[in-house]
Amino acid sequence: MKSAPPDPHHSDESPGVPGFRAWRGVYLFVFVVFVAVVVALALFSRYFA
Amino acid sequence: MNTLDWLILLGTMLGIAAYGAWRTRDVHSLNTYLKGNRSTGWGTIGISVMATQASAITFLSIPGQGFESGIGFVQNYFGLPLALIIVCAVFLPIYRRLGVYTAYEYLGRRFDSKTRLLSAGLFLVQRGLATGVTIYAPAIILSAALGWRLDLTIIGTGLLVIIYTVVGGSAAVNLTQKWQMAVIFGGMVTAFIVLLVKLPDGLGFGGAAHVAGALGKLEAVDFSFNPDRRYTFWTGMLGGTFLMLSYFGTDQSQVQRYLGGAALREGRLGLMFNALLKIPMQFFILLLGALVFVFYQFQEPPVFFNQTEWRQHEQGAEGARFRALDEKFNAAFTENQSKIRAWLAARETHEAAAESAARAAMAKSQQRVQAVRAEAKAALVADDPHAKTKDSDYVFITFILDYLPHGAIGLLVAVMIAAALGSKAGELNALATTTTIDLWRHFRPLAVHDEARNIRVAKWFTVFWGMFAIGFALYAGFAENLIEAINILGSIFYGVVLGIFLVAFFLKRVGGTAVFWAAVTAQLLVFALFFSLKISYLWYNLIGCAACVLVSLIIQLLMTLKTSAKEIGRR
Repeated sequence: MKSAPPDPHHSDESPGVPGFRAWRGVYLFVFVVFVAVVVALALFSRYFA
Repeated sequence: MNTLDWLILLGTMLGIAAYGAWRTRDVHSLNTYLKGNRSTGWGTIGISVMATQASAITFLSIPGQGFESGIGFVQNYFGLPLALIIVCAVFLPIYRRLGVYTAYEYLGRRFDSKTRLLSAGLFLVQRGLATGVTIYAPAIILSAALGWRLDLTIIGTGLLVIIYTVVGGSAAVNLTQKWQMAVIFGGMVTAFIVLLVKLPDGLGFGGAAHVAGALGKLEAVDFSFNPDRRYTFWTGMLGGTFLMLSYFGTDQSQVQRYLGGAALREGRLGLMFNALLKIPMQFFILLLGALVFVFYQFQEPPVFFNQTEWRQHEQGAEGARFRALDEKFNAAFTENQSKIRAWLAARETHEAAAESAARAAMAKSQQRVQAVRAEAKAALVADDPHAKTKDSDYVFITFILDYLPHGAIGLLVAVMIAAALGSKAGELNALATTTTIDLWRHFRPLAVHDEARNIRVAKWFTVFWGMFAIGFALYAGFAENLIEAINILGSIFYGVVLGIFLVAFFLKRVGGTAVFWAAVTAQLLVFALFFSLKISYLWYNLIGCAACVLVSLIIQLLMTLKTSAKEIGRR
């Protein structure tokens, strides 16, 4: 037993998240949410300044 | 703290530890012991990643940071989503495909055993020392604020985490972290609600946010290129991405959290969960600190929040000076409060000139309050050059103890201890795994097939690292700023380790010998610069990584040229 058995599900399988066929879509969604959060924080700062 | 607080504190902490140990008492598989159950879902992995990163200091110091400097610290986390996307797309699939227990095991396969041992050794030194700080940092603050004995606080929390981490390994760490995070979220939301209720009548969240904003505490995003500013959008995006990539991609305490689970999907979704939630969570904790700042504009705070330290000086030979400072602060506070109320009244009139004049008067009176606080800190140093003058870590715990109802106090102290246990458990688990897999099994290759013996050894290494952390916390002196101490330790080693991994992933022609000597050279360079230059420690991440990558390319080129020359000579 040199190490744990290799993962049989290592391929770039579907994320299994409704609305997303590939992981690229999930990454893009996360990035877009990040941009939206930064914009929201900037607006929050400006509103309460 | 009264009996109810103690019941809640001990009930939650001991209950979670006992539950974790009992549920995972029958772990007989090395894979489950080191990686957790194969059935672990993405939610558990995501919470476990979050709990390992969020130590007690996150919940003690960050509200204090919001109180003192505002919420701009949130920009420090701007690099996190991008870093986690890179980890999901590049690092994690490779780790899963090879079925490794540790990130350094991958380096052994990609390069050679000496590179694997070097990177595992760098991790053990850095994380072993940082674990001592992880247990010491909350203990010193809680013992000062609650009057507990520091040594007993360190030993008590240290032993508790050792017991359940030894019994159930990674499975117990995942399970307990889930419940500890539930206590943490419950406690922080409770503190937020109590804080809103205790604000002056009619102020509400909107009014409090306007006061905080007018006094410069709500500048969340700074797009300026001013190098004097510590936290800007650009430092967060450039430095932050780099730091988070090192931490999440190569630090075994994080890698171990997302290697478990039935499939690659679970780890990826767990990391994406963090990419989405981490910035809002840090924003919430910082906002809590900014609102505590507003609260203390209407309720008089102590002039210095580490009251144990202040009282010692007040009762000493120079006591009269400190009592006079108390009175001076009281007068400045009263004037400041009236100016804030005048500004709030001026806002209601919707007259721009009156509002602007009231705002200027408020800012001036706030400066006077800050000047008295600075004078108090200078007086502490004048009385004792070794006095600890950083009191922002004590702001939130002072608020909890002075203003939260009984029951909620016990819950919030449980939040701090749960966070300390959660992060320390993850670290101990990673230290034991790396020592077992990358060191012990390397020198005992015949024992590799004896699974029961491997688990026994991993348990003993967990005990060893736990006792090491307790001993380090008990006998070592630390820097005044504890978060900085952890970051400095990380920055000295992270850069070189990330450099090794970047070479492994992206420079396929570079071999083990080249990267090994490059890493040694880069680490020596970082040590030399650290002891001779006075630059920000964050730069050592970049220097270490860049030096490792560049030197490995140069050495590989020289080796290739030498081999080519030999082949030509033979012909």
